[in-house]
Amino acid sequence: MQLQFLGIGVLSWITFLPVLGMIAVLIIPKENRTAMKWTAVAATFLQLVLAVLIYMNFNYSATGINSPEGMQFVEKARWIDVQSVAWFGHVRIEYFLGVDGISVPMVILTALISFIAVFASWNIEKALKGYMAMLLLLDTGMMGVFVALDFFLFYVFWELMLLPMYFLIGIWGGPRREYAAIKFFLYTLLGSVLMLLAILALYFSVTMVDPATGEKLHTFNMLAMMNPANFEPGSLLAGVGTGMRTLAYLALFIGFAIKVPIFPFHTWLPDAHVEAPTAISVILAGVLLKMGTYGLIRISYPIFPELAQKYAFALAILALINIVYGALCAMAQKDFKKLIAYSSVSHMGIVLLGMAALNTQGLMGAVFQMFNHGTITAMLFLIVGVIYDRAHTRDLDAFGGLALTMPKYAGIMTVAFFAALGLPGLSGFVSEAFSFLGAFQVDRLRVVTMVSTLGIILTAAYMLWTLQRVFLGKANEKWASMPDVNGRELFTLVPLAIVVLVLGIYPSFMLNLMTTSVNHLVDVLARGGAAVAMVP
Amino acid sequence: MMLTSILESIATFVPETVLVATFCVTLVSGLIARRKPAVPAALAFVGMLVTLWAVLQQAGTDRTIFSGLLAVDPFAVFFKGIVTVTTLFILLFSYFSTEVQTSVRRLAEYYALITAMALGMFLMAGANNMLMMVLGMELTSLSSYILAGFTKEASDSSEASLKYIIYGALSSGLMLYGISILFGLTGTLGFADLNHAIANAVPNYFALLVATILIIAGFGYKISAVPFHFWTPDVYEGAPVTITAFLSVASKAAGFAMLMRFFKVVFIDTSVLALPAGMWASLYGFEWNKLLAVLSVLTMTLGNLVAVWQNNLKRLLAYSSIAHAGYMLMGIVVLSDKGLAAVLLYFIVYLFMNLGAFYVVMLVADRTGSEDIDSYKGLGYRAPLLGVAMAIFLVSLTGLPPTAGFIGKLYLFAALLDARWIWLAIVGAINSVISLYYYARVFRNMFLRDPEGQATPVSIGRAQTVLLLVLLVPTLLFGLYFSPLVDLANASLVMVGVR
Repeated sequence: MQLQFLGIGVLSWITFLPVLGMIAVLIIPKENRTAMKWTAVAATFLQLVLAVLIYMNFNYSATGINSPEGMQFVEKARWIDVQSVAWFGHVRIEYFLGVDGISVPMVILTALISFIAVFASWNIEKALKGYMAMLLLLDTGMMGVFVALDFFLFYVFWELMLLPMYFLIGIWGGPRREYAAIKFFLYTLLGSVLMLLAILALYFSVTMVDPATGEKLHTFNMLAMMNPANFEPGSLLAGVGTGMRTLAYLALFIGFAIKVPIFPFHTWLPDAHVEAPTAISVILAGVLLKMGTYGLIRISYPIFPELAQKYAFALAILALINIVYGALCAMAQKDFKKLIAYSSVSHMGIVLLGMAALNTQGLMGAVFQMFNHGTITAMLFLIVGVIYDRAHTRDLDAFGGLALTMPKYAGIMTVAFFAALGLPGLSGFVSEAFSFLGAFQVDRLRVVTMVSTLGIILTAAYMLWTLQRVFLGKANEKWASMPDVNGRELFTLVPLAIVVLVLGIYPSFMLNLMTTSVNHLVDVLARGGAAVAMVP
Repeated sequence: MMLTSILESIATFVPETVLVATFCVTLVSGLIARRKPAVPAALAFVGMLVTLWAVLQQAGTDRTIFSGLLAVDPFAVFFKGIVTVTTLFILLFSYFSTEVQTSVRRLAEYYALITAMALGMFLMAGANNMLMMVLGMELTSLSSYILAGFTKEASDSSEASLKYIIYGALSSGLMLYGISILFGLTGTLGFADLNHAIANAVPNYFALLVATILIIAGFGYKISAVPFHFWTPDVYEGAPVTITAFLSVASKAAGFAMLMRFFKVVFIDTSVLALPAGMWASLYGFEWNKLLAVLSVLTMTLGNLVAVWQNNLKRLLAYSSIAHAGYMLMGIVVLSDKGLAAVLLYFIVYLFMNLGAFYVVMLVADRTGSEDIDSYKGLGYRAPLLGVAMAIFLVSLTGLPPTAGFIGKLYLFAALLDARWIWLAIVGAINSVISLYYYARVFRNMFLRDPEGQATPVSIGRAQTVLLLVLLVPTLLFGLYFSPLVDLANASLVMVGVR
């Protein structure tokens, strides 16, 4: 099944539509603010439409992961081709896009969150043109990461996000924006240079025969890197579980862990979240964090299956720290936004726990939790934005009794909070249950899982306590005249609430997408683990 | 016999001859057209264009001239090309620079000295004999001493010039001493003969080591590698921006050309054939590359760490250029053609991004009268194009995709990993994270801060804009499509006397 428009594949469109929008925004004269906003809306809306088309045309039986045939909507073209002299070798970098059951949920999430983020940015006053341009460029970077199957291309998209994010936090952020922006930038860059070295090491270790010419080439093709037979004997990363492979795995892991963020690399996150404008927090929590876990699942796991097995327990420990420590930190916060930021750390821990299980339930739960956390946290940050716009404070102790003055707001916030604490019937429950179930099945993770469930209780505690502090109790006179959520705000919140509700009641909409790919991934991981067992 | 050989050599000495002629004509024109400073500028520019043409004519030549003194091979031609293009840019910068146009009294001499410096660098790029090495270096240095102090009225300029001379004299002295020891050991000065002599008779190890360290001191000074870098920040800060830019690109390129040729040709072990294609071995396992590895780590780390504390942008870029010398040294350490190709590639990229950054500094300094980072506050709003261009140059210097700087770093790291110098690659990678911090300070001031005082828009003329774009477009374009650069770098690795 190949979707094309004007001879260009759907994945190229979905990735580069925002860039077209960005160019249009840059051309529009500065005074015409409405046109700029609606251009951004149009670009992201079309992107969302394409995401839905991809969803509708998705082939549920294709495997993906490491099989080129199992990838869908594939686009492949030569990008860089350096023939040159013998000793240098033939360098070829491909423009290689494709999706499978693991990336499609992320593609849909990115399109949805970007669309909503544009509406959440409606009231930006300062330098709107630059803002929209940066937002759209960021969108392209994010989408590109989720559809790229060439590691070089992946890296370019990965880095492409850094600069827009730096400026979006740094120019339009809160009082400590400069500090937050540079901290985000430095942390992520540190991770990505290590990733770059791992990419190069992989490149020099892997060769692939070009079917057209029969020539043996080094390649950045991720799928080729997933086949142990493609590693040149004697090359840097050949073999199973060698020291060099461990080093490369760790380099990749740190690169992704900073993005997730996994303890102890998480300290940039509260700063960035608190200082970023609402829409950017939404994107940061909704999509950017997922890139870390997506990278681990898409890249680290299938390329280094034996190490994924070996370090599963360590990952589970990190997951435990993320879940419990994140929840405890969240509980201690007085700043509404910081609380949500730490709750993200805690919830991403659940993704990690599911991943550490390495079985179908666990990984299913992890990918599903990535999607659900994306929608739920986006709602939470929008909710914080609503109240901050009105009260200009995020101090939780300053509120109280708001349920009387803002009933609609109270209703939607309750849905989001219950989803976040994992109430059955809402999407968060399903994915959390899957992750914990998956991890519980694994003998050596059982204790860790049991301790981790403590996080659920803590989450319920701080979420309910927050609800209580904001909506119940004595009404603060100061906010008596606060207007309820307006139409635009509802427009950003309601679709997410619907998604959360629908997926809570009938999760198969999303689960069916990933079943085949996740099963295949588990298979790949199991075979990798068997390879470890054979090595004396 | 001798005469025919000389005549024959002169036929392949056209670019240098054109440069000599340009030097003379420009100098004399200043005496005739006293009131028209544009005349010598135009003459120098045309002279450089003719030189460029002559250099391009030499593409593909692979021989030595003047009895092996000078090499005319793709490697030399490549660096001559880099020098010529840089010189052309510098001449244009000078033409647009208020600083140069108002404070320099003898413009004709200024332009003439730039061409003289280019000539010195040409000789450095082709030097195939230790004497020629010294000659080329001295010609370049002497011209640059004068140019660094050319704005006589500014006291820091004179100070810069004096410091430059003292350090220069010391390091050429050390280098000459090293050369004399090497001459004493082998009885010859030509690179190829040196190689034979060392290969045939086992030399005194200790003497060889001392000689090499002393010679590295000379190179280190030219490419401003730590610990021979002390002159760099002061000279870069004190000299006119145009000259600073010239020194940071062309002079460094010539120094690197000489260094690479010297080490590769003199110490290659041609008897070892078992290595994979593109790798080579050093004679007797003499590990001069480990010396360079240490130098490289020191250079990039110190350059980056000190740059963090700078408030003067010129000084900041000076330390950044020290750090970049460190990155490029990594490419030589690996003893492979891939590494050298990466250095060459890096120079093409570095030319555009570094000249671009200095050009913006010059334009801004001419309009605001300050090179201080604080004066860049709000520049992104006062001059959007300048701000965006500067941001792109700085991002490229950091080495982030999709800019050309990323490709430069990518190939360097690739060469290191291919040769399994993993620790050095990690050091290099962490250094580029440090470098982000101080580059980001500049674009933080440009975009994240509001202008102080009166926020007058900074405007630049149409011609200046075109020149800016000429530097900006390749910086972006080469980041996305770089095959021609790689091809060029690979094709330019051929050195006379080495397979």
